[in-house]
Amino acid sequence: MASIQVDHHKCDLCGTCINVCPFNAIHKENGRITIDAACKLCRQCIKACPQGAISLSQRKKSVDKSQWRGILVYAEYVNHSLHPVTIELIGKASELAEKTHMPVYVLLIGSQVKTAAVSLLPYGVDKIFVYDHEALEHFRVDTYAQVFESLINEIKPSVVLVGGTSIGRSLAPRVAVRFKTGLTADCTTLDIKDNSDLVQIRPAFGGNIMAQIVTPHTRPQFATVRYKVMDKAKIVPIRGNIIEKKVDNQLLRSSIHVIRSTQKEKLPSITEAEVLVVAGQGIKAKEDMKVLEQLAQLLGGQLACTRPIVEKGWCDYTKQIGLSGRTVKPRLIITCGVSGAIQFTACMNTAECVVAINTDENAPIFEIAHYGIVGDLYDIVPKLVKEMEGGSCYAV
Amino acid sequence: MNTIVCIKQVPGTTAVDIDPDTGVLKRDGIDSKMNPYDLYALETAFRLKEKLGGKITVLTMGPPQAEAIIKEAYMMGADEGYILSDRRFAGSDVLATSYTLAQGIQQIGDYDLIICGKQTTDGDTAQVGPAIAEHLKIPHVTWVRTIEKADTSGIVVEQNMADSYEVVWLSYPCLITVEKDIYTPRLPSYKKMLETKNRTIQYLDLNALSDTDENHYGLHGSPTQVEQVFQPQSRTEHIVWDSRKTDCVVQLHDLLSREKFIGGK
Repeated sequence: MASIQVDHHKCDLCGTCINVCPFNAIHKENGRITIDAACKLCRQCIKACPQGAISLSQRKKSVDKSQWRGILVYAEYVNHSLHPVTIELIGKASELAEKTHMPVYVLLIGSQVKTAAVSLLPYGVDKIFVYDHEALEHFRVDTYAQVFESLINEIKPSVVLVGGTSIGRSLAPRVAVRFKTGLTADCTTLDIKDNSDLVQIRPAFGGNIMAQIVTPHTRPQFATVRYKVMDKAKIVPIRGNIIEKKVDNQLLRSSIHVIRSTQKEKLPSITEAEVLVVAGQGIKAKEDMKVLEQLAQLLGGQLACTRPIVEKGWCDYTKQIGLSGRTVKPRLIITCGVSGAIQFTACMNTAECVVAINTDENAPIFEIAHYGIVGDLYDIVPKLVKEMEGGSCYAV
Repeated sequence: MNTIVCIKQVPGTTAVDIDPDTGVLKRDGIDSKMNPYDLYALETAFRLKEKLGGKITVLTMGPPQAEAIIKEAYMMGADEGYILSDRRFAGSDVLATSYTLAQGIQQIGDYDLIICGKQTTDGDTAQVGPAIAEHLKIPHVTWVRTIEKADTSGIVVEQNMADSYEVVWLSYPCLITVEKDIYTPRLPSYKKMLETKNRTIQYLDLNALSDTDENHYGLHGSPTQVEQVFQPQSRTEHIVWDSRKTDCVVQLHDLLSREKFIGGK
């Protein structure tokens, strides 16, 4: 039987569990407590039961963890360049590897990627495995997954880190399923235990909550991390080497045929901006975005927004910060009328300086803001813009 | 042309909180709805059916309350609905969820195309679609924003990648996840509601699946475990200015100058 068990001898039907269950999964039926499929195993009922009648049954055999060593980073090579998330993943991998005395491996797939491989050597990696073949020029999930799988079978890494990008989020689940192992998406914090269990923290349950997740019984442990979440790897004396792998035809089998690929026009991306001004639900009309745009320009930055603003069609989705948008790490971020839902804050709270303007002094954004302004953005922002344009009064 | 659309019931609100005194998760109300991204997956299926004929089956996994979203899909035009519901599915992570859905899909059988929304608004992982495809050993394409061509043998789709649009061809059976700008979803119709009032919803529990080993489902089939949940740490050092008490424009301007964002750069 699955999971949460109720000891009906101990249970006195007090109903505490029914009230604490956040998912309304617990009911009293025919004089017994029953738990339905809405249960998310959050274990709140176990903690709350005054009789100690609820428990979690776990029967799991673990793999031999000592057989799985190393932190493998998937180096995303797309449109003739490495995705910058790669350097960040290597930075995190080095940290995890140091703690557990494991090597750092890199997997690079593509066509004519040798220069890119060389460029990764100074970041403290031990081995870079390169699969270079013209048939691997375009990302196709089946061929890439086959290559990925064959390398994992060969080197047996304990941890696999993949960027939370368009490609990574399509590729990682396929490879993780092949090994019947766990994959935790969009981790915001990663650490490792002495027994090599990866400690993965991410926002969960669609709410204002963080979950700490482990993959205790299977290997490898897959995690994806968004761009701009981790710090870049530092340059250190080169100690590793590049291993060019033969690409068997077997690995190139594919039922996906790429017809054409069109480059998007390179618009300035909010993920690269040093300064961001963010429009939130406090904005009442589309034309009011203008003054925020102005502020952004005066600061040499860009305008970004939250999900509701995109849904209203006032801003392009490429400007959206949040779990369903982009993750940013600017030097300065000024949020205007943003309440601060975790889906938003999880993707910007590593900014060096967070300034929040909101009328509601209880808005969660003030908990993460370094500088909070309780006030009306319609009052403050236009005055600030005027001040900056005038440029005299308070300027240095 | 038979299409299966995977849909999910998600909380109508994201207001989940932890009681600071008891550490208990609080969720106000039981308000729930269909994952908004799934509406685009459904609409894609309707458009393809209008062109190529066939049948649209919707599949969800969840408690019996999730019937509501199957009924909603019926009101939009879906032909058949299945719900995977069993206490033994509880606590499923990505691997177990995708496995259960793949098992359900095999029970439904006879399909050409599987369509999923690009992600859910509660989990936000975007992983279940690709994982289903892997269990079924069929190809997949994510982030589809345009269907360029579809006939009875395969489909040409345009994928929205970070820096490019990739147009690819896939033969059936295959799985796609669709972006929200693909089509505008139709509204549920009152007429269809009347028509489908008595249409059944088929339940699949663990015993109805071809793999009945309960170690492959729910908690036991889930390699990841939630060790603990907690509220994100708030930064301790922060300064708040109240516009009723101080001139915030002055404060902000000073701050921006001090931090060298304006002025003598």
